[in-house]
Amino acid sequence: MPIQSVNDFVIRFANVNGSGSASANLLFARSILRMGVPIAPRNIFPSNIQGLPTWYEVRVTGDGHLGARGGADMMVAMNPQTFEKDIASIEPGGYLFYDSSRPIPATKLRADVTTLAMPLTDICAKEYREPRQRQLFKNIVYVGALAALLDIEVDVVEKLIGEQFKGKDKLIAPNLRALRLGYEDAKRRFECPLGIRIRRSDAVGGRIFVEGNFAAALGAVYGGATVCAWYPITPSTSLAEAFERNCARLRTDRQTGEKRYAIVQAEDEIAAIGVVVGAGWNGARAFTATSGPGISLMQEFLGLAYFAEIPTVVFDVQRGGPSTGMPTRTQQSDILVCAFASHGDTKHVLLLPEDPGEAFDFGALAFDLADRLQTPVFVMLDLDIGMNSHLCAPFRWDDSRKFDRGKVMTFEDLEAGRDFGRYLDVDGDGVPYRTIPGAHPTRGAFFTRGTSRDRYAKYTEEGGPYVDNMERLLKKYDTARKLVPHAEFHRAAKATRIGVIYYGSTSGAMDEAVELLAAEGVHVDALRLRAVPFGAEVGEFIAAHEQVFVVEQNRDAQMRTLLIADLGVDPAQLAPILHFDGSPITARFIRREIAARSRGFAAPLARETVS
Amino acid sequence: MTFLPKPKFHHPALQVNALGFTHRDYEGAISTLCAGCGHDSISAAIIHACYELSLPPHRIAKLSGIGCSSKTPTYMLGQSHGFNSVHGRMPSVLTGANLANRDLLYLGVSGDGDTASIGLGQFAHAMRRGVDMVYIVENNGVYGLTKGQFSATSDKGSKSKKGVDNLDSPIDLAAMAVQLGATFVARSFSGDKAQLTPLVKAAFEHRGAAFIDVISPCVAFNNHEGSTKSFDYVREHNIALNRLDFISGRPPIEVDYEEGTSETVALHDGSTIRLRKLAADHDWRDRAAALAVLEKHRADGEVVTGLIYLNDDAIDLHARLRTAKKPLNSLGEAELCPGSKALEAINAGLR
Repeated sequence: MPIQSVNDFVIRFANVNGSGSASANLLFARSILRMGVPIAPRNIFPSNIQGLPTWYEVRVTGDGHLGARGGADMMVAMNPQTFEKDIASIEPGGYLFYDSSRPIPATKLRADVTTLAMPLTDICAKEYREPRQRQLFKNIVYVGALAALLDIEVDVVEKLIGEQFKGKDKLIAPNLRALRLGYEDAKRRFECPLGIRIRRSDAVGGRIFVEGNFAAALGAVYGGATVCAWYPITPSTSLAEAFERNCARLRTDRQTGEKRYAIVQAEDEIAAIGVVVGAGWNGARAFTATSGPGISLMQEFLGLAYFAEIPTVVFDVQRGGPSTGMPTRTQQSDILVCAFASHGDTKHVLLLPEDPGEAFDFGALAFDLADRLQTPVFVMLDLDIGMNSHLCAPFRWDDSRKFDRGKVMTFEDLEAGRDFGRYLDVDGDGVPYRTIPGAHPTRGAFFTRGTSRDRYAKYTEEGGPYVDNMERLLKKYDTARKLVPHAEFHRAAKATRIGVIYYGSTSGAMDEAVELLAAEGVHVDALRLRAVPFGAEVGEFIAAHEQVFVVEQNRDAQMRTLLIADLGVDPAQLAPILHFDGSPITARFIRREIAARSRGFAAPLARETVS
Repeated sequence: MTFLPKPKFHHPALQVNALGFTHRDYEGAISTLCAGCGHDSISAAIIHACYELSLPPHRIAKLSGIGCSSKTPTYMLGQSHGFNSVHGRMPSVLTGANLANRDLLYLGVSGDGDTASIGLGQFAHAMRRGVDMVYIVENNGVYGLTKGQFSATSDKGSKSKKGVDNLDSPIDLAAMAVQLGATFVARSFSGDKAQLTPLVKAAFEHRGAAFIDVISPCVAFNNHEGSTKSFDYVREHNIALNRLDFISGRPPIEVDYEEGTSETVALHDGSTIRLRKLAADHDWRDRAAALAVLEKHRADGEVVTGLIYLNDDAIDLHARLRTAKKPLNSLGEAELCPGSKALEAINAGLR
């Protein structure tokens, strides 16, 4: 029996990298969105420019489950290299759409899968002369065919093509023709629509569809970042590039062409963080964007920024590690290396956005926190959030909001004779005052160094002042605890002894897993961490539950280690659930793990009644 | 106690510069380097240059890496903000500081270990980006704080204090700077303050990457017979290309020079330098000639000093990036935050 489902299925495109499929696939995805049906698309791509296999999947989710689901109900198999594996991955009762210009033996197909064969190459060879056109329009032809098969309103697709090629109007007509070609051919060739299909809805609302790297970069623009130094590395490159694009539009003087920002593509990640530290020291809001290998290279400077107390913002778009690892796959495996970056005793502030919407918010907030705390602040994105487009609440900004520049002693303060000790804790919160170079002709100058010094920034190797300073830094970390975004509590419908802690891109899958479990009678309280260090609510949540799962996308349960270290909880109380194969975590996976490991906790009251 | 402040006592009759500052106002803490260290002479030249140029001390930022040379910013310009960063990374920190506030003057002090070994990459990229700075390398050919290892600027065949020959080829930082796009390149000797001080002044007036390689003998580990970075060796083998008198809008200082061998150059900022040609007929406008003169004398075991190359039409990093005239660190919400209306338009484009 072929799968029957309206607005709830997964379609996967198997393509060859560099064949121009990405824009056609995006066109397909956005058409569904324009029909008011939520989607969660994901790229699965290789570290390659041209030739290797790449996949794009679109989860159509009328219920708004935005995490990855796993499996595929329909496969658009455009890559002969992976054909057999792609067919094998289709769910029973699913659909296979493929290019039948070259005949495929029936033995390679599956009896439990509906086969939809269209000779795309032949159609395009007849229609177009240039080889590149044949290749590019083949993608649009299959989008047309899918519109017919899945009941997507073809005028919606046409309108999007018009918007996409606005300004390159010559391209509109041939694209529309290719779309129609596929649409009409499919109508003739197949019985349309299929059992899986799209029906117009209004479930998208005012939400936006955007990549996390774009959102984080826009957050940096709104947060007042003026200096960006970076070194190209997947998957963070598009963050720096989005900052540049946005600044070019939003921060360039229309008359003079002067730029209210400076971007340096550095020679390596060490220089990138060095530029950020120098700019932060000199009073500009500065950041770098990088990934795991860059974080490894930046360690020494991060220790300097911590010890010399220089506002620094690092966007870490995490990928599969260690070493070069899986550069185009997602993980949450830089938690510990960032939380304790550098040699010596260090502790850092991490922000953990769940989606592009929060990447924007935290992207701006990071600069306030870095200035307020005078320390590095890490915004922990990952490849899934950063490089995939997600549906999320629209960006918002309160125009009355002011930048929090923290404790900066001004010319007037110095002129009035206020006592200035660069490392003097005046307010009891561990955060000292700083001066910006050039502030006053004769007062407030000090020497910044990575060596030990006293409260007035004078070099010393004596134990007393060193300990005094290190303990003040701990006090400052406790101050950070109160300033960072608090964890978000999602209470189960029924009282439960099971809790689950999660963070970042696990969010979408977790929301769905909690629903699935509740439907099976397993109720779970969920706590989404939004920052490190942890606020009091995290310890309270753990104490209030008998079994607490910590769900993460790394091998070593890094956040669990951090919870144990920071809160001193009993390790036995925290059970790790770990997904680290490089693909985004799914609700199916979380549901299975929790269901299997929570017996005995799931329905305690019912069991007592039986006995 | 390892921080030794100097007493603030001022004699009322002490001479002051155009800003009313005494020479003392440009000094720093007492040096903790070895007695007789060449680096202290360089600090003195920098202090003297800043005093004579009447630079407001608080408008100078002094940055360094790690090593003996990188300690020296503590011993000068006590009213300037300083930053002793990490080993070999002064150029990137200074680049960031410079981007944040284009209105300050930036002095980077480094050594041969800090620049020619661990920091060679950052040195190279700061030069090629045209960061507006004075980059001084206090070059002694040896690692002092770790007690006497060869550095990458040690000449092949130069002997260590323990009598070991250096087998590797030396890095000529001045030649590299020319090649990498520095627009002011000079070399001097810590023992020749008369040559060094005007070079430092001219470097401060230059808008762009100004590099000075100062041979600065290490009295503790590299001042012996057989070393090519000792006081005696450098004195004997010094080939001064020219002598520079820095005038800077004031009446020329009277100096003796032979008729027909001097040249007065007006710089873009209105200051003037006068160059007296000495040992070689060197055209300091010519990059190829700069490299050739360094190579020629290197082959003879001689040390070329003086102004090696100057391109006064330099365009610095800010000009290349077209950054706003107002320093980036002084911009506020109105200039930086596009506001909710712009955000609504962005939201609309993402639907």
